[in-house]
Amino acid sequence: MIESDAFVQALQDMGVDFFTGVPDSILGGIIAELMDRRLYTPAVREDEAVGMAAGAYMAGKVPAVLMQNSGLGTSLNTLISLNMIYRQPCILIVSWRGQGGKDAPEHLVMGEVMPQFLDTMKIPHRVLTEKTAVDDFKWVAETFMKQRIPVALVITKGVVKGLHP
Amino acid sequence: MRPEEGTLISRAQAIAALLELLTDQPVIICNGFPSREAHKIADRPTHFYMIGSMGNAPAIALGVALAKPNKQVVTFDGDGNVLMGMGTLATVGALKPKNFIHVVFDNEVYGTTGNQPTISNVVPLEKVAKAAGYVNVERVLDRDDLVYEFKDMLKKDGPSMLLIKVNEFAEDAGRVLHEPPDITKRFMKAIEG
Repeated sequence: MIESDAFVQALQDMGVDFFTGVPDSILGGIIAELMDRRLYTPAVREDEAVGMAAGAYMAGKVPAVLMQNSGLGTSLNTLISLNMIYRQPCILIVSWRGQGGKDAPEHLVMGEVMPQFLDTMKIPHRVLTEKTAVDDFKWVAETFMKQRIPVALVITKGVVKGLHP
Repeated sequence: MRPEEGTLISRAQAIAALLELLTDQPVIICNGFPSREAHKIADRPTHFYMIGSMGNAPAIALGVALAKPNKQVVTFDGDGNVLMGMGTLATVGALKPKNFIHVVFDNEVYGTTGNQPTISNVVPLEKVAKAAGYVNVERVLDRDDLVYEFKDMLKKDGPSMLLIKVNEFAEDAGRVLHEPPDITKRFMKAIEG
């Protein structure tokens, strides 16, 4: 299991310096760490978070947006009619609720289709694992720089330490 | 019929008056006619013209304002846009960025899609902003008040909202000529430093 502070430090080492989003339990430890470091600006909806990240990017920041995968639905129009069209990159830290059909009913449909959904939206994505973490972060940074569009790092349950281990 | 109908200025007249008072401040302009009209009236590199992501103009402006706390940031918005992204009024009200000015052109219709009514005739958006925590809010009905209040807001700490009642007239402005990636690059360069 990756410690939350190591996860946040890895993002900061990549140059990420603007964090916003909407919470999820899987991301609880990461958000707590970001708040400890006074780096987190809470948003009320995921499309708002993506919009704030776009503004911060244009003002010189490297932004990351945290959300559960249901937030991909909420922020879809912003991701495609702002980020994609205007070439505004951001790092999406997306928790994979409903993975493998084991979750509350509201997560099951998005949990099943999320990889295809990201493919359809042409958002590059990768699932973080402890073993490949160094490569995963490197891939995120390179994709961000090269493609100038949102790139998703998907977090499954138990990979990064949560609030209640 | 609204009591003020027939006496209101147009959105384009309001935009022209505002742009006369602005110099190098970043201005994030919502999708639809506001961006097209601002582009026609004065095309400045400090303008970020939106063509999509309706409802997100103040969120983008908030991102700029938080990242550049020493720069005054302005957003031009519409009543339909504010209603769509109303949660952002709460985020702005809670975070209270001093360098944030939110201008709303309120014509009570979705102008770009054919003047279908919004609900801003019965929901006073500046009062929603005030309740959410904006520090200064004003509603103006004519050009003189607009100039007076906007000048005042430029001098004050925000967040501020200036709601301007405008008529439904849309200028024959054409589309924004710049490609979206060029708008991003130009805007980034213009607000650097």
